[in-house]
Amino acid sequence: MSSATDSGEIPITVDFSGGLEMLFDNQRRHSVSLPAVGTGGQPANIAFLIQHLCKNFMKDPRAELFVLDNHIRPGILVLINDADWELEGEEAYEIQPHDNILFVSTLHGG
Amino acid sequence: MVEGEVIERDLKYQLPTNGRVTAAKHQDNGANGGNRRLKDEEFDRYSRQMIVPGMGKEGQLRLINSRVLIIGAGGLGCPAAQYVAGAGIGTIGIVDDDVVEASNLHRQVGHSTARIGMKKVNSLIQHLEDLNPLPTYVPYPYQLTPQNAADIISQYDLVMDCTDNPITRYLISDICVLLGKPLVSAAAVQKSGQLIVLNCPPTPQGLVDGKYAPCYRCCFRKPPPASSMVSCGEAGIMGPVVGMMGVAQAGEAIKILASALHIPPEADTNNNSPERNLQQPTLLIYTYDLDSAVGLYSFRALKMGGRKRNCFACGENSTLTLEGIKAGVPDYVQFCSVPTSSVNLPPEERITAAAYHMAKESGELSEHILIDTREKEHFSFGSIEGAVNTPFSKFLMKAAAIKRDGSPASEILPAEAGESDTPIFVVCRTGIDSQETVEKLKELGLDNGGKRRIVDVMGGMKAWKEEVDPAFPYI
Repeated sequence: MSSATDSGEIPITVDFSGGLEMLFDNQRRHSVSLPAVGTGGQPANIAFLIQHLCKNFMKDPRAELFVLDNHIRPGILVLINDADWELEGEEAYEIQPHDNILFVSTLHGG
Repeated sequence: MVEGEVIERDLKYQLPTNGRVTAAKHQDNGANGGNRRLKDEEFDRYSRQMIVPGMGKEGQLRLINSRVLIIGAGGLGCPAAQYVAGAGIGTIGIVDDDVVEASNLHRQVGHSTARIGMKKVNSLIQHLEDLNPLPTYVPYPYQLTPQNAADIISQYDLVMDCTDNPITRYLISDICVLLGKPLVSAAAVQKSGQLIVLNCPPTPQGLVDGKYAPCYRCCFRKPPPASSMVSCGEAGIMGPVVGMMGVAQAGEAIKILASALHIPPEADTNNNSPERNLQQPTLLIYTYDLDSAVGLYSFRALKMGGRKRNCFACGENSTLTLEGIKAGVPDYVQFCSVPTSSVNLPPEERITAAAYHMAKESGELSEHILIDTREKEHFSFGSIEGAVNTPFSKFLMKAAAIKRDGSPASEILPAEAGESDTPIFVVCRTGIDSQETVEKLKELGLDNGGKRRIVDVMGGMKAWKEEVDPAFPYI
């Protein structure tokens, strides 16, 4: 459906903040080439990206700090190009080339 | 005439208990926020902020007539209170039940070395009175609870959430929704900070057809699981990170009150300020890197959604009430403590710190390995003689790698441990990670079918300090 699909991979950047970077090799920013088609043959969306990150980028085995029951765990905000994912369709948002996806865990200290 | 109406509008949102407002009302015959003369001391003190375009005498008088509640007198509350007091907010209430400790002082700059042991509320007010004696300071030296929250919050125009736990954060937001108070919320841990203005301008609970400001629950629907939450005490905090967020909170509070951004549009009889009330709710995040200078992503402004139709607190079918909260509904403690899987080791696989020490001293326990799973920063301040440091996060990663690649399990142990049956003892900071480590080592078969003892030192280095070595530099 887009040029990205033709090339098979969508280049995006994924950022982690608020401590989540610890689960991803202590690296805040990752360049990710996301397969353009998800496991079920549908265009790659946020749900697929989350699976992809868990499988290929998470260095820490404590996956439950990132996902619970296959969904992002409570207390993590997902931002698509700096906007709350609820404004964009949440897990169903179809990833576009050069998107920036940010995962932030909410903080409570003070 | 028009100006007279504006005053009416402002006064509707002032409280009768506010002596200053009553006084101002009698003198008022004109501009926003009252048109009384500034006293000489006010004129001198506030001159530099009053000449800023957009502020003026009007903005200053609004600040003088305002009441702000600061909940939490710690790393956020100290700088927040300093700037709010400095700017001349008329009444400043401060809630906190804690006392000043030496470990607070690198960031809680409204306290002092001489006031260690004093209630934080009293310590901070002492500091603020020194800074600016003009405002009225109201101490609340106890915790905010579902029982007292509404009574306290109802006396203020704006609330600043400077607390350190989700239970209080959800409570504060719910009360602010029900009482129609704007809320400036911030948080910080380790090297990250967050800031958001909520419920501003406040709109009645249940109104959803329109563009209304979100509450805390609209943005953060559920708290993170208790196991994933870390406090400043556990994870550490850089002073300037939390300070930056506290100062930003004061900045937002001053702006809201000086420009009357919190006056709901419905109440705006003047009706010529539609733009300012339709701001995009924004979450500001600050990321501080110890290994690089300020960069492109140090600050990020994130676009958040507005009020959620199905929000538990402010949404259309909300059943939240002040009476309910007072009576214990919802249960904030339960809401914020999702149960976590805990390891349950049998007694023979555990030993108290004191018993471990005795066994070692008496020679009963000769050859053994002691693994300390604290992070290396903690370990660097001191450890039990002979302990080998294997930070818990690294340990877990290694354990996962062994499972995945099928490499020899013994690789996870320090070289000293070898393949022998030498007993292994595990100690951590407070006694939680060590139990999980023991469990994992057994899972990997390193107990050699029960021939090798793997034991948890109960209560970690915290217990070691309490039971064995009071001089131990425990952090």
